[in-house]
Amino acid sequence: MFGRNRVFFQLPLSREGGRGQGVRVPNFGTTTFLRAWILALCFIAFVPQVEAGPKIQQWTLDNGVRVYFVETHELPMLQIRAVFDAGASRDPANRAGLARLTSAMLDEGAGDLTADDIASRFEGLGAEFGAGVDRDMATVDLRSLSDSALLDPALDLFSKILSAPSFPAASLERNRAQALVALQKDMQSPGAIADKAFYRELYGDHPYAHDPQGDESSLKAITRDDLQTQYRSYFVGANAWLVIVGDASLRQARKIAERVIGHLPTGQAAVPIPLVSALDAPRQKQVAFPATQTHIILGQPGMRRGDPDYFPLYVGNYILGGGGLVSRLSMEVREKRGLSYSVYSYFLPLRMAGPLVIGLQTKNAQRDQALKLVRQVISDFVAKGPTEEELNAAKKHITGGFPLRLDSNGKIAENLAVIAFYGLPLTYLDDFIPRIEAVTAEQIRNAFRQRVHPDQMVTVIVGGGR
Amino acid sequence: MFDNKFSWLLLLSLWLPACSQTQETTLANGLRVIVQQDHRSPVVVSQIWYRVGSQDEPEGITGISHALEHMMFKGTAKHGPNEFSRIIAENGGRENAFTSYDYTAYFQQLEKSRLPISFELEADRLQNLTLADEEFRKEIKVVMEERRWRTDDQPEAIVQEKFMTTAYQAHPYRHPVIGSMTDLESMTAKELRDWYGHWYAPADAILVVVGDVEPKEVIAQAQKYFGQIPARSFERAKEVVEPEQKGERRIRVAVPAEVPYLLMGYHAPVHASAGRGGDVAEWEPYALSVLIGILDGGQAARFERELVREKKLAASIGTDYSAVGRSPGLLTIDATPANGHTVAELEQAIRAQIEQIKKEPVTAEELKRVKAQVVASNVFSRDSVFYQAMQIGRLAAVGLDWHMIDDYPDKLMAVTAEQVQTVARKYLVDANLTVAVLDPQPMGKGQRRMLRPQGGSDVR
Repeated sequence: MFGRNRVFFQLPLSREGGRGQGVRVPNFGTTTFLRAWILALCFIAFVPQVEAGPKIQQWTLDNGVRVYFVETHELPMLQIRAVFDAGASRDPANRAGLARLTSAMLDEGAGDLTADDIASRFEGLGAEFGAGVDRDMATVDLRSLSDSALLDPALDLFSKILSAPSFPAASLERNRAQALVALQKDMQSPGAIADKAFYRELYGDHPYAHDPQGDESSLKAITRDDLQTQYRSYFVGANAWLVIVGDASLRQARKIAERVIGHLPTGQAAVPIPLVSALDAPRQKQVAFPATQTHIILGQPGMRRGDPDYFPLYVGNYILGGGGLVSRLSMEVREKRGLSYSVYSYFLPLRMAGPLVIGLQTKNAQRDQALKLVRQVISDFVAKGPTEEELNAAKKHITGGFPLRLDSNGKIAENLAVIAFYGLPLTYLDDFIPRIEAVTAEQIRNAFRQRVHPDQMVTVIVGGGR
Repeated sequence: MFDNKFSWLLLLSLWLPACSQTQETTLANGLRVIVQQDHRSPVVVSQIWYRVGSQDEPEGITGISHALEHMMFKGTAKHGPNEFSRIIAENGGRENAFTSYDYTAYFQQLEKSRLPISFELEADRLQNLTLADEEFRKEIKVVMEERRWRTDDQPEAIVQEKFMTTAYQAHPYRHPVIGSMTDLESMTAKELRDWYGHWYAPADAILVVVGDVEPKEVIAQAQKYFGQIPARSFERAKEVVEPEQKGERRIRVAVPAEVPYLLMGYHAPVHASAGRGGDVAEWEPYALSVLIGILDGGQAARFERELVREKKLAASIGTDYSAVGRSPGLLTIDATPANGHTVAELEQAIRAQIEQIKKEPVTAEELKRVKAQVVASNVFSRDSVFYQAMQIGRLAAVGLDWHMIDDYPDKLMAVTAEQVQTVARKYLVDANLTVAVLDPQPMGKGQRRMLRPQGGSDVR
């Protein structure tokens, strides 16, 4: 809870008070939003040279699965992530929450194995299994020691989950009930309410609009057939990517890929989701809520992965509100005036235009003051762009910290999954620093002027007092 | 605090590379420097831990350690307000700080050649902090916003705060780390200057560095930047001992909320209070750690299997116990009942689980599972340079010998079913139990809506 850019760690027992800024992370899926958030902000390199990315090996299985592999032998462990184009944006009409529920149900039964069998087998091997969704992707993760006595049975089990989930009816009822309680808990959180309202207002009829957790009526409507249909449509080779990072040779990795996911049917790639329409007028949504603070989120459609303006927008956002406590928003709202603990902005690039999100919380009485100030900071930045000094500082930060962004197997795997899913070039990480260095103040100014419209944003305000 | 799964893994992850990779020295002024090598990537993490936390705070100034942590970024004679953050950012670094009951710590993550930049800044603010009134007036407002965000507007956080105040009647663990709002409102820069002057001495600090570095060079750099800081003695107040509880305590917290919540906790020893000739054996915290693994160390553990999946009484459940604390802690269980079940039913079921642990030894298979997780988590935890530094720092900051890391897995592996049963019988008893229940009150006029998709009033 206490990392500036979100959680780096959390200590047991002691409840930490930290100085950092928190950004609320919706608690659907496992770590999916967190990953998206991190990736929205950063990228990286591994070993030998500071400015080069890891050596990525890539091949495609007969059934269409695209495999991405990075070999690292320093630790006797292997990290595997299967990615499917089966995120919440694939939820059918009136079935919001289906993708997430399908994901949550994967380890509830596979073949003739029960949830108890699966859990005790994985955990008896010391292996960790996880599954989650964000708006674009469904991810299924395995982390295991690379000792074959432990790895082999873990791979077999993982494979069985991917290829023969049984979606037991009784488990569905329990998962549904749990999802309903989670939704209910969100209703006592002003941050969660604001987040959901923001996406609804921003995306209207687009599949990014709905809460990936679903809503009460959609969750109640979902049937076991829906899960099976969802699984059969999307958990297929042509709709899948596999990331392997860790202690394996190329030859071993090829076998592992085959073993884990090679037997899925080829199927078909999911059809593209619709384009996102720009907002043509400002929209404001206010929700009265009994809390001491008001949560404010502003934003608009931002950009897609691979957007030609990605680098100017990324660097520009660092200056505006992405650079933790040294950003303009943080300096004006927090450091100079003490109005908020957390104020931030970020682009969340998705398959289609993900949002530009600007947020803060402040005590109710300061709401209007804070909102006015934030609008002013955004307008000023869009109108004038960054100073050369700000641009240089931003570049130094982003390039100087490059090694931190790929300094673990876990981080490499997350980066690879994004490169794979969004079809970014294999040289993406190698090119990252030069692309950052090439950004000019003019490009940032132009990109923000063309793309960011302070007078046509969605504004969500949740709070108002007890 | 109550995020069990995570802390369980962290707990297991205490097993780190052998000490040949790790060196320690103490500078003449008393500053301890611990350096651990990890050459996988050209990065370094530097953390400085001060052995002062909320448990050192007298009544009336609760939250002052954390407020000071915020002010540590507000400038010295040499570097103005926020310069610290600006310089680290321009060097590609990430930095932050955190405060707990037992310590206050600051960290930077950097490309390895930039370590001296962090040392220069950190040594500067150890001795030259400005603590200007004007900066304080602004920053204490930020802290109050943090308190609203973290606690006041979160029903479960309120329950956790009230719970601690009930479970601890004498020991200052009863105070929230962030402090009470009234104390924050009356806090002054003068009080912070006194707090800083008292606690921020080299002999009260531990510098932990992990990464792609050579210990000799790091120690030389530490000597260069921190070595000149004058030694200063300081006194630590006598530790308050929480008296034996002698009887179950219960509270009901009535705040606006949608979902009920249950929090139960038993006083439990920590490594710092075990094996020192008292009535707590050295192995007991290890046995309690294994016990937590049996109850809640994953999807195969008893709580998930029986209370969530089989009986469907809990929508979610977690446990927490950290054996690494300066003073004796708590073993806690928190849970949300599934719809259609009450907190009372859930509490009874949890108690039945605990009775079961006391009655029958845990099975060999369960022990084996927990131990497999110990082995794997050890490796997984080494994937993060930051965690490695955290583990060393936490142990050192609460007064433990960080070398215990080397024996940690063996000690966990040696725990027997009988020892698990023994600690359950000794500590998980009613007379040692505190129970807090969230009793949801209506969220406000026109606000009570169950899961209506739109929620709230709607003004465009």
